[in-house]
Amino acid sequence: MSNSPLKVMVVDDEAPARNRLKDLLNDSMEKIPVQLAGEASNGLEALALLQIQHADVVLLDIRMPEMDGLELAQHLLKLPVPPAVIFTTAYDVYAIQAFELHAVDYLLKPIRLTRLLEALTRIGTVIPLQQEVLQKIRPRPRTHLSVHERDRIHLIPVGDVVYLRAELKYVTIRTCEKEYLLEESLTRLEEEFQERFTRIHRNCLVAKDYIAGFEKTEEESGEARWILLLRGLEEKLPVSRRQQYIMRELG
Amino acid sequence: MVLVLELILATVMYWFGGMVSDNMDMGVVFRYWVLCLAVTGVLLAYFNLRSRALSPAFAEARLQALQSRIRPHFLFNCINAVLSLIRADPKRAEHALEDMADLFRVLMADNRQLSPLQREIELCRQYLQLEQLRLGERLKVEWHIDNLPSDALIPPLVLQPLLENAVYHGIEPIVDTGIININIYKSRDEVHMVLRNPYQPEFKHHSGNKMALNNIRERLALHFDAESRLESKVSDGVYQVHIIIPFVTTV
Repeated sequence: MSNSPLKVMVVDDEAPARNRLKDLLNDSMEKIPVQLAGEASNGLEALALLQIQHADVVLLDIRMPEMDGLELAQHLLKLPVPPAVIFTTAYDVYAIQAFELHAVDYLLKPIRLTRLLEALTRIGTVIPLQQEVLQKIRPRPRTHLSVHERDRIHLIPVGDVVYLRAELKYVTIRTCEKEYLLEESLTRLEEEFQERFTRIHRNCLVAKDYIAGFEKTEEESGEARWILLLRGLEEKLPVSRRQQYIMRELG
Repeated sequence: MVLVLELILATVMYWFGGMVSDNMDMGVVFRYWVLCLAVTGVLLAYFNLRSRALSPAFAEARLQALQSRIRPHFLFNCINAVLSLIRADPKRAEHALEDMADLFRVLMADNRQLSPLQREIELCRQYLQLEQLRLGERLKVEWHIDNLPSDALIPPLVLQPLLENAVYHGIEPIVDTGIININIYKSRDEVHMVLRNPYQPEFKHHSGNKMALNNIRERLALHFDAESRLESKVSDGVYQVHIIIPFVTTV
């Protein structure tokens, strides 16, 4: 971004807050070359916009409906060229502490022009955000999983996921309709979504809502094995011996 | 004094018992003493606590401690919204600041005395206008106060914090328009105040809401003792708070 203006996207659920930032960006133009690269009122909208419209920086509100800023930032990391993110918040003690701890850039609303200018000029020098750090700052599970598909980010609502299965390098996400490949670790997914998923095998997490029942089968060796029946899918999944206790827990 | 009396009584009781069973033993007398002492101690502590809890001085102090506090989140977002209006719509910015001044005057006042219901309603309107500024069409308010007993007295800032909760938990987490419904009426010798807002089960920050409810419940009890009630429930995706207080017009 040598001489071309810095493209800035504004994401906030409150229209007045967006207007305020746009005014400030206008004021910034006297000092540094900036350009508004669109605005959005929640995480989902912002991600859709960013797939067709590149931005160098996203000014991102934390508390928004549909998808909050801290979750959007995690999905943005999967863009081919992730934009820099500067969080904005009016008041969020917990997040601010976390930002300070992990040296993540943020602006307090109401935002002063000088602070905005500082943050925008610092862009090139700050360490890009890390998925692990963002997950620490936002300990709540994500509402969506995001995967790459033909140069686009595809969002899968966590509620649609039937099971997650670790393959060699990837995790397969299975919904009732499709399969997707996710580049994340199953252990971390298990930690994040422990309320929703349960481990039935060393390499497999199943959504509790999609468990239809269990069935006992006999293997060729004559050994009895348990398999799990799914709601909405024909497929059956093996339950490992070590995880058989979950059958009792789930009734 | 009471304790000595208790001990004598206990001994006499024992002797009577002894006459019946014809089996005297100093160890048993001692056991009676200990038992009586314990019971008396607990009773005394209870009466002491109760008299202090009901004493006017204690009630005053408690009311002071329970003074309603507005969310910092609201204050800073509100200032931000007003800032955004100053250039585009100075008139509206002026009105908003006037509303804020009124609201904070009440919030910072000594609110231990009962005040007219009409005043609380005006305050709520001002508060909701400020929220409307931030949220625009996302917030819709329905007032059903045709039969308002406007001369009724209520503890100040009983409704406003509940509306603040309704906005924070019911309106802000959704993208679409959410309705807050306010219904106030008099039935026999009681004033009923019913607030309804959309319920968002997936947004679990209810600890703040519980705190506010307990705070209001305690304030109502300090003013009206057992004659007031505060009930909350969820049905059909609507969260409802129902307050019932005795109809009083003079302190």
